[in-house]
Amino acid sequence: MRLTDLQAAIIILCIVAGTFLTRSLPFIMFPEGKEQPKLISYLSRTIPAAMMGLLVVYCLKNVSVLTWPHGLPEIIGIGSTVGLHLWKKNVLLSILVGTIVYMVMIQRVFVM
Amino acid sequence: MRWEKAFKSAFPVSIPVLTGYMVLGIAYGILMSTKGYGPLWTLLFSMLCFCGSMQFAAIPFLVGKFQPVYVFLLALMVNARHLFYALSMLEKYSGTGRLKWLCIYLMSDETFAINSTAEVPEDMDRGKFYAAVSVLDWSYWVLASVIGNVIGNLITINTAGLDFALTALFVVLFMEQLKNRKNAFCGVLGIVAAIVALIIFGADNLIIPAMVIIFAGLIIGRDRLCD
Repeated sequence: MRLTDLQAAIIILCIVAGTFLTRSLPFIMFPEGKEQPKLISYLSRTIPAAMMGLLVVYCLKNVSVLTWPHGLPEIIGIGSTVGLHLWKKNVLLSILVGTIVYMVMIQRVFVM
Repeated sequence: MRWEKAFKSAFPVSIPVLTGYMVLGIAYGILMSTKGYGPLWTLLFSMLCFCGSMQFAAIPFLVGKFQPVYVFLLALMVNARHLFYALSMLEKYSGTGRLKWLCIYLMSDETFAINSTAEVPEDMDRGKFYAAVSVLDWSYWVLASVIGNVIGNLITINTAGLDFALTALFVVLFMEQLKNRKNAFCGVLGIVAAIVALIIFGADNLIIPAMVIIFAGLIIGRDRLCD
């Protein structure tokens, strides 16, 4: 059974509050204009690369390497993205081709 | 005029997000309709919450028992990674005036990934560029979820694998981050931390443990990585 409209609206507010808190807390703790602690500026410089690595793994978290097709479509898709990006250094092209390769792999090649 | 310029340079980099969000947003809209929520509610959820994974995680709580406190805590947990995003955007979003809070409100994984990696051209207003990326990504998500909610079941093209655009986006932005040699250690740390967390804690609970490992790794490697 669906929630009532009022309940659903409250749920939205709860999600907004939780989400906005995580997005804004560092900005509230370290306001503009004040000298940031060295540790914080060190973290802000080093976190993006680490989080990008985490996000790549996160996208692949449900890939089962132990069962067929052993993550092969993902390996081939990412391989072509990386290869093309090393070669042409064109962000959009690498993503476009990588996505098409992956779609062909799961729709045509590794059909379960 | 300067807004036009900002949107013109933001649009191309946001195309992969458009692709990925179309697939995921439509899926979200369909799911909402199966739970008895129409286009207005889908619009409200996507416009105001704009947090893909949490919106999916909240769906079980939209039917049955009303549990607002639990949903709030779940939002904190699912979105804990945004603390790290915000930390690393402190400098980039500073000095952008009111746009700063718009960018903070609309900071999704993909928007963070693009804005933290993008090199904004010297002659462009940084704040406007960041805001343009944020607003574009947000509008894709809102649009896609409403489309999915209204006509999702009529879509019959085989889109399987199209959401790989987001994976490819993160892969490419990861490589862009690694262009700076000093970032190599951090990049490897992120991957290793996530894999270790995935193996130990499983696919559903990997983010917070991975963040803890990343944090510890960055603190331990601080002397080596500091200039």
